[in-house]
Amino acid sequence: MTEPVIESLKPAWALLCPALSSILILLSGRRPNLRETWTILASLIQFILVLSMAPWVTQGYRIESYLFKDILPQVHFGFRVDAFGLLFALTASFLWILVSLYSIGYMRALKEHAQTRYYFCFALAILGAMGVALSGNLVTLFVFYEILTISTYPLVAHEQSQEALFAGRKYLAYLLTSGVFLLAAIAWTYSLVRTTDFSPKGIFNSIPLLPSTLSILFVLFILGFMKAAYIPFHSWLPTAMVAPTPVSALLHAVAVVKAGVFGIVRIVCYVYGIDLLRQLGLGTLLSSFAAITMIGASLFAIAQDNLKRRLAYSTISQLSFIIFGVGLLTPMGITGAMIHIPFHGLMKITLFLCAGAILVASGKTEISEMAGIGRLMPLTMIAFTIGALGMCGAPPIAGFISKWYLSLGAIQSGYWAFLALILIASLLDVVYFYPIIRTAFFEKIPKNEVLEEKEPKVQLFSEPPPSLEREQPFFVFLIIPIGMTAILSILVCLFPNLFYIYPLVQRAIQNLSGG
Amino acid sequence: MVSLVEHLPLLIVVLSLLSAITILIAGWIHRRTAWFISLGTLIFQFISSFFILEHVLTRGPIRYRLGGWVPPWGIEYVMDALNSYVLIILLFLALICLLYSKKNIEHELPEKVVSFYTIYQLLITGLCGIIVTGDIFNMYVFIEIASLSAYALIASRGKIALRASFTYLVLGSIGACFFLLGIGFLYAITGSLNMHDLSLLLPPFYKNRVVIAAFAFILVGLSIKMALFPLHTWLPDAHAFAPSEISAMLSGIIIEVATYAFIRVAFSVFTPHFLRLFPILEILSWLAAIAILFGSVLAITQRNLKRMLAYSSVANMGYIILALGLSMSSTTSPWGGLNPALMHILNHALMKGCLFLVAGGFIYKADLWNIDQFYQLGKKMPYTCAAFVIAALSMIGVPPSVGFVSKLYIILASIEARQFFFVAVLLLSSLLNLIYFWRVIETMYMKTQGEEGHGPSSYSKHEIPMGMLIPIWILSSLCILMGIFWLAKIPMPILDRVNLLFGLFQKP
Amino acid sequence: MEWFLAKIFAKYNYWVFILLMLIGFYGIVAKDNLIKKILGLNIFQTAIFLYFISLGAVKGGTAPIVDEQIVQKGYLYANPLPHVLILTAIVVSVATTAVALSLVIRMYQEYGTIEESEIIEKSAREPLHGVNSKPET
Repeated sequence: MTEPVIESLKPAWALLCPALSSILILLSGRRPNLRETWTILASLIQFILVLSMAPWVTQGYRIESYLFKDILPQVHFGFRVDAFGLLFALTASFLWILVSLYSIGYMRALKEHAQTRYYFCFALAILGAMGVALSGNLVTLFVFYEILTISTYPLVAHEQSQEALFAGRKYLAYLLTSGVFLLAAIAWTYSLVRTTDFSPKGIFNSIPLLPSTLSILFVLFILGFMKAAYIPFHSWLPTAMVAPTPVSALLHAVAVVKAGVFGIVRIVCYVYGIDLLRQLGLGTLLSSFAAITMIGASLFAIAQDNLKRRLAYSTISQLSFIIFGVGLLTPMGITGAMIHIPFHGLMKITLFLCAGAILVASGKTEISEMAGIGRLMPLTMIAFTIGALGMCGAPPIAGFISKWYLSLGAIQSGYWAFLALILIASLLDVVYFYPIIRTAFFEKIPKNEVLEEKEPKVQLFSEPPPSLEREQPFFVFLIIPIGMTAILSILVCLFPNLFYIYPLVQRAIQNLSGG
Repeated sequence: MVSLVEHLPLLIVVLSLLSAITILIAGWIHRRTAWFISLGTLIFQFISSFFILEHVLTRGPIRYRLGGWVPPWGIEYVMDALNSYVLIILLFLALICLLYSKKNIEHELPEKVVSFYTIYQLLITGLCGIIVTGDIFNMYVFIEIASLSAYALIASRGKIALRASFTYLVLGSIGACFFLLGIGFLYAITGSLNMHDLSLLLPPFYKNRVVIAAFAFILVGLSIKMALFPLHTWLPDAHAFAPSEISAMLSGIIIEVATYAFIRVAFSVFTPHFLRLFPILEILSWLAAIAILFGSVLAITQRNLKRMLAYSSVANMGYIILALGLSMSSTTSPWGGLNPALMHILNHALMKGCLFLVAGGFIYKADLWNIDQFYQLGKKMPYTCAAFVIAALSMIGVPPSVGFVSKLYIILASIEARQFFFVAVLLLSSLLNLIYFWRVIETMYMKTQGEEGHGPSSYSKHEIPMGMLIPIWILSSLCILMGIFWLAKIPMPILDRVNLLFGLFQKP
Repeated sequence: MEWFLAKIFAKYNYWVFILLMLIGFYGIVAKDNLIKKILGLNIFQTAIFLYFISLGAVKGGTAPIVDEQIVQKGYLYANPLPHVLILTAIVVSVATTAVALSLVIRMYQEYGTIEESEIIEKSAREPLHGVNSKPET
């Protein structure tokens, strides 16, 4: 009934890359070049390993490797790669390469302190995210989920200012509390059905259980994945924006928050199973709940002047699109949700990387200060525009596809109100992204600024102002990842089969709907 | 033909006692020999404890008759799976603390090196004796030997430690007296002191009030020794102001050995059948739940690192007792029976041992006691602080550390016992653990300025000597490794044997 | 009343031991003077010793020195085992007292008093580190 299994240690090797590199990074702390070579090398190897698993999975195999059998009866510590897990693993490992490149430019340009710690924790965080993606059961997932939480704390509090420390504390308080809920839910699940393995059919079918028990357990699980930053437990994410931009980019647009959303999808589709949730009527509830966040976070976003905070609220809103899509419990909805994980990752990372580039080049963080920045940094702002348009769902950018499927899913579910909600939320995306683009491209550069910062011989407006992009020595490290993600967000819309994204999603849906 | 291994239980105790005397004499001649004699003895003891375990697992319990007197008249030493397991933990931690003490004691108590190691060996003698003996009065004597040496060792730092030690002495003596009184009641009823014999003679009297009173006195007496809430009041000061290796021993193993004594009396002398007659274990587990919360909350309020760790020990004793309390209502392998309790005895020894040794390192290098003085320590003493972080994460229960494993098992046990309140307590306590440990970690690594604005100002590395760092790192790496070993179920056969011994297990 | 008194006096040894135990306990808890505390502890321990010894007593029994006369004539003799045990326990108690007294002496050297409340007051003001502890430089 289930997919044929391939026993392979590749998932373990893929996890060994960041683990080993973290140690190497620590050892070569005094030689920055060597240290960063390790990061890049590990990310490349990891991506190749993960990518090499994709053909097997798209052909319908499942990859399993167990490190420790029977840590509890019927629970093995190990990995079990299915299409959905691989999708997230691909996203995280690919973006790690780009962000590692970007980090080099960013951290060196800003002369940040404690860079060894930064790269070390970064590698550990990737280890956590990859582990979450590849783990085959809830217990393994929990282990990596906690590693992810702990290892990102030093990144959030990197600046070590009062504000950063506060953010770090808040971050830990939220996420470890949620970890506690998750542990409780896992232990309860295990005591009920004696297994925690993910299965496309759900695992609660074996014995009859009270709907009330299942509902309470479901709430516990959702609380356990607070990393998904849904309202009202979202406020750690905007606070965590004090972190360096690459951290915000990879961790708070991809690894950490996506691990939360990933967990929710796992719970909905692979622990409860679509049929069971439909019987319990929890899917619609989940979607409605997510819809509050979709709309609410967008409204919050409009009010933010700090670019990164606005992006953070946008992330919160977009994450709820995924939860929303899964909650629809229709094949199209789930397709949309799954495909939004890599697509949103690509677009949001572009936006964050642009925000970081602006900070490096001009030192600006507030949107109101960015008048005319589009002329000073054209490449960056073009990439930003691509990302922003994609977020709004404009073709031919990645966001279009996911929103398309989500809308189809809403129609399939039969609730027309949900379709309306998607459209309203997308409209709100436009409302908060448009002012940034307008300010950047169409407002005039304040005169005094140009005079102060640039050499006085620059003539105002008689010739185009000098591009800030070309003056920074490390800017090439910044602009390459930005360009790649921006171009990719267009490419994946035109060719969804790139990096096996679409086939993987299709395979996952096939498995879920029973072959 | 009696194999050599069967003499080892006695040898472990006697050699340790002899080495105490030897240290005194040899140290009088030459001061430096003290540590080496102690080391030699402990290594011998540690290795022989493995032989004992191997023998017990393959050929069954060892019964050694002292002086050839036949029990129940003579004293008998009995080694089974339970005590050979605890013995290994004890000797391991003692060895680690001994390695650590070489530098630390020369620095802290330069005048008293010889007497320190003499009393240290006496402490080991007492603890080993508690573990190996099969005679309940003999156990009392060994408890007192261990306690008396502990009082002296705590007091060795002088000043405030004197008062802490005195409080411990008074309370500890009362506890020992209660224990003795309980033994007296048992003797009045049965006329026997041998544990095995008692367990055979007692069943007809289970409803007898004298027997119940005996159990109550023994329970209260040992509760003082194992610092079970609300009888823990002596613990924080005593653990905080003792020399650090002694703190590590006190928190890591001495109160656990008292717990072992209780397990021995409750399960070997009284048998689970007696425990089922009264809600003893239920009461214990509720007390333990209060201890967990109380200890954690008070730990948060402490400024002194070692006091904080001491309160954390109160909470961790709560874990062990809670697991003990659940041992009869959850019987499924692997989390049923005594497993989580015995597991946490080892795990706590590793974690708390490491934390106290690190705290000792801070005192050794910079005389830092209070958490708010620790800023920038992460840069100055990177290896020490890293070990601290690992052990602290382990206490918080981050997988795959030992703390996670014990927490998971206790949670599963309480779910099986249908005690969901305890699940909530355990989860809440790991959050409380997070609060008080994170405060330390944050100060060490993240804070750039202390609140009081003083303390060492240089940024240069200021690491403690290797002799202290290696023991710390052995413990902290074991915090992770042992967690993986537990998850891989490598030490499980020992625990299974213990549960079979007391009939607590149903094989799935 | 008579029945009650008979009940009390039939087991008077137990009453004595309980009374002594309570006196000792009172001393430990209520006295501020450390020496008096130790005295209380001693009384407490002695009470338990008395209990043990009275356990071994046999009405009309002689000392348990077994020679032929006793065995042949069928004399009763006291149970020696509790006495032996208590011999050990007394040694333990003496050791405890010795350690306690030496602690008190050390405290008197440090603080110049043996009143517990004053010691607490004085020790609260001192820096944390011990006598010999100096940071390594």
